[in-house]
Amino acid sequence: MGVSTNTGASLAPGTDQDTLLKGVFDEMNDKGFVLANLDKLASWASTGSMWPMTFGLACCAVEMMHSAASRYDLDRYGLVFRPSPRQSDVMIVAGTLTNKMAPALRKVYDQMAEPRWVISMGSCANGGGYYHYSYSVVRGCDRVVPVDVYVPGCPPTAEALIYGVMQLQKKIRRTGVLTR
Amino acid sequence: MSELLSDNSAALKDLKDLVVSQLANEILETEIRYGELTVIAKRDDILKVLTFLRDDTGCLFKQLIDVCGADYPERAERFDVVYHMLSLKHNLRIRVKVRTDEESPVPSCVSLFSAADWFERETWDMYGIFFAGHPDPRRLLTDYGFEGHPLRKDFPLTGYVEVRYDDEQKRVVYEPVKLVQDFRNFDFESPWEGIQNVLPGDEKAEGKA
Repeated sequence: MGVSTNTGASLAPGTDQDTLLKGVFDEMNDKGFVLANLDKLASWASTGSMWPMTFGLACCAVEMMHSAASRYDLDRYGLVFRPSPRQSDVMIVAGTLTNKMAPALRKVYDQMAEPRWVISMGSCANGGGYYHYSYSVVRGCDRVVPVDVYVPGCPPTAEALIYGVMQLQKKIRRTGVLTR
Repeated sequence: MSELLSDNSAALKDLKDLVVSQLANEILETEIRYGELTVIAKRDDILKVLTFLRDDTGCLFKQLIDVCGADYPERAERFDVVYHMLSLKHNLRIRVKVRTDEESPVPSCVSLFSAADWFERETWDMYGIFFAGHPDPRRLLTDYGFEGHPLRKDFPLTGYVEVRYDDEQKRVVYEPVKLVQDFRNFDFESPWEGIQNVLPGDEKAEGKA
């Protein structure tokens, strides 16, 4: 157990990380196996490839596209937008959720495989925002689906969304994937 | 705006004379306002008016830009249906209005302009103005099973129902609106609501002048 002194907190690239990785390789060469915490490993794998469902509803979707495009490149974090809920781990509700859309959003959420997470992006998805008093808008997408991370802003910048994604990664590392 | 567009005022006057002379029995009023000619037509003759405006060589308003409604609750015939048309040939626009109320249908102009299909469905949806002879008179924008016509002035801003996911029924359910906090308008300084912009001492300057 000499190697697994690290308790799940991720290491930044540098000497510490190199030492740890070298230790893992040495143990692999020496004994032929490595011991690790399964739930930590699962969380690590899960945070490294959170595939979001493409669910752009309004102008926030444009910022979501920016975060996926070359300048910010969510693919660095292993986030690849998927057109199907069956292949998705996380749904980014980007924009105004209307009454008419609500059953469709819930259906898509229900079709996603467990474990699944929801990021609510922007004022409208968080609480209705500008349209809070409208006759046709849901006052927050948490009335329809359970939300893990709220990203504030109108619309939030691409950086803000990425920060929200990182907060979700943190949450997944903290709570785990298997015990959820 | 009228100054900017004043270069076509002669063309507008010609158009007005043409419309008044040719459609004397079909129209109620004409007016040149905001650099555009507004024609108020009789409701039952609207198809004749639109056909003339589309086909007459002096008009050729071949594009229907928009059909929409407007609500004036203080009037007996409370609704306007407004048609905006564009003549590429003469580089002119025209606005045709028809007055109606909740009960009286307006003849549908889908047979003249196929673009009117969804415009009229939207107008029906938002104002409850019925278009007689429309091929597909469903609602367009509002929720399935929506009740009421939201752009009418007597429709409350927050509507009557709101949605929520019911974990026991496992579906999205509709409930009467329950607002945690009533709608309040704090924006007294908005330039759209009329800022007075009177500074202390301004009255002295006016007194001098």
